[in-house]
Amino acid sequence: MMDMPRAGLRRIGARVINSVWRIGTGTRFFALTLLHSGQSFGRFQLTVREIFSAGVLSLIIILVSGLFVGMVLGLQGYETLQTYGSEEALGVLVSLSLVRELGPVVAALLFASRAGSAITAEIGLMKATEQISAMEMMAVDPIARVVAPRFWGAVISMPLLAALFSAMGIFGGYLVGVVLIGVDEGSFWSQMQAAVDLREDILNGVIKSVVFGVAVTAIALFEGYDAPPTAEGVSRATTRTVVTSSLAILGLDFILTAFMFSGV
Amino acid sequence: MSDNLIEIRDLSFAYGERLVLKGINLTARRGQVVAIMGISGGGKTTLLRLIGGALRPTRGLLRVDGVDMSRVDAVGLYRLRRRMGMLFQFGALFTDMSVFDNVAFPLREHTDLPAEMIHDLVLMKLNAVGLRGAHALMPAELSGGMARRVALARAIALEPRLILYDEPFAGLDPISLGVTGNLIRRLTDTLGITSVVVTHDIQESLRMVDYVYFVSEGVIAAEGTPEQLRASREPFVHQFVHGEEDGPVPFHYPAPAYIHDLELRA
Amino acid sequence: MQRATLDLWVGIFVVMGLGALLFLALKVGNMTGLESGQTYTVRAEFENIGGLKPRAPVKSAGVVVGRVVEIGFDNQIYEALVTMRLDARYRFPKDTSASIMTSGLLGEQYIALEAGGESSMLAEGDRLKLTQGAVVLENLIGQFLYNKAEDAESKGAEGKGAAD
Repeated sequence: MMDMPRAGLRRIGARVINSVWRIGTGTRFFALTLLHSGQSFGRFQLTVREIFSAGVLSLIIILVSGLFVGMVLGLQGYETLQTYGSEEALGVLVSLSLVRELGPVVAALLFASRAGSAITAEIGLMKATEQISAMEMMAVDPIARVVAPRFWGAVISMPLLAALFSAMGIFGGYLVGVVLIGVDEGSFWSQMQAAVDLREDILNGVIKSVVFGVAVTAIALFEGYDAPPTAEGVSRATTRTVVTSSLAILGLDFILTAFMFSGV
Repeated sequence: MSDNLIEIRDLSFAYGERLVLKGINLTARRGQVVAIMGISGGGKTTLLRLIGGALRPTRGLLRVDGVDMSRVDAVGLYRLRRRMGMLFQFGALFTDMSVFDNVAFPLREHTDLPAEMIHDLVLMKLNAVGLRGAHALMPAELSGGMARRVALARAIALEPRLILYDEPFAGLDPISLGVTGNLIRRLTDTLGITSVVVTHDIQESLRMVDYVYFVSEGVIAAEGTPEQLRASREPFVHQFVHGEEDGPVPFHYPAPAYIHDLELRA
Repeated sequence: MQRATLDLWVGIFVVMGLGALLFLALKVGNMTGLESGQTYTVRAEFENIGGLKPRAPVKSAGVVVGRVVEIGFDNQIYEALVTMRLDARYRFPKDTSASIMTSGLLGEQYIALEAGGESSMLAEGDRLKLTQGAVVLENLIGQFLYNKAEDAESKGAEGKGAAD
């Protein structure tokens, strides 16, 4: 009988120690990645390759989702605004929600499941098939050669993808609102321009997407590098990447929004 | 400079509390092919990883090409590894690069040679393993034996003094196995390098190596030239060489009495 | 993949992304005109600015002619000091008056300029003398209730309360 609570406590203790340990190694790994970033810029071709696999390959999903999100925003926004007789504000609604929140957040979520999981799986498999050890035995630092270029490629791609998502979404809102429903085109754009501020809204959106990019990529790289070198280990690490980075995106979004838009 | 490329004296190694190697003595001279054999889980791969510098000795002396491995720093280790090649069990080719780029990888990372010279060098190395014609293929398009030969070409790209082989014969058909064995022998002789082969393929090894160490339960259980081992009467070596099921290495994992496990009562 | 095609695609991607950012900055945001064009700064004191915020528009006859840059508090006269930047294309007489208005019943507040009749024009750093602060809704309602109560008390007696 006495064993029950003791076993429970022991499990809690093990959990805590394990997660603190993981946070520690994760931070150390992240710092190492930053320290060994010289090659990513010295031999920029390495990074260009990773911009291709993180950015270009995510292009389709980002553009299509952006278009649809914008179209839905246009439809729903019109329905709501119409009841107050202010459907001209549709442009404001669509653009502000996209630029401030949906663009960075949804693009980052899509990025986590498209590019983040791919990064984890790739690095996990490289480890499982001893490619990482082979690199070490060839006196090549895998952090500098494999991890850092992926990090920078993804971090460069993320704000561009978020901007494309927002632009595409605004185009989708325009399609539904102006072309389909017939909101006045002039007021759609002019009200939008009057309400959206370059620094307050657009720049903050870009900052958000950069932060999300760093978080998603760091998580994906660490999960891949830390994955047990087995098929099961890699698949679990991939799942964990998507779950952890999605939660990180939403949590960070709340913190950043609180900092950016609540203070005057 | 001493004639021994690898010198191991009374080497011990423990993973945490568990002692894996208990006082190993081993030497490999320049130009030799040395095999480390033993049953699976006997500490062979650990020994290889120690020589490669992936692990640090717990106790004892381990000297590779004049470098004391228990005291070397990261820079020294990386410098040593440029004189060292390693062939992993399944080749460990970079799956996102072609055969050509795989072999060119160490050259591009460690030298500033112009592209034409790298091109020529890579084709020379591939020619040495008989795969010059396959330079444009991707690793996924290669058979197991071919992948291992490409990995060998990659391992000799920087003309190392020492090549470590981790189970180079595992999972190969008899023809590829013979080809790989001959290749190891030929490269060792023509390039004047030292090869350390971890394997349990006894017949192939006895055919091509100069000296064999048997590792069992963390110690060197037997050693000698192939001729000595073939003639050996030691029960362990005899069991290993002839592949007998039971002997000093038991068929059964240690277990309580069979009768007890089945709960048979008289 | 060939290196050339890879480079091409990455190039396309980066140009598209930067294009989207530019589109957001120019077409969606309000970076046009004022930010880059010639401007001049004038100031005005208000006894109450209500909910006026930096970057609020300055309009004359309903046309945006400038923006509020800074809102401060003058500790000498205990009034709000609003700095606004006007487009250099639009010149106003020195006796122009400024008032804080609300677009619609609950909309954003802005500054409305009403041109005066003087011949000399406002220049960089000038102060507008005639100002009308924001109408604070609470005061208005309070005043209205107060008047009502007074009306009820004096039963039609004309004068004091209404004239205030």
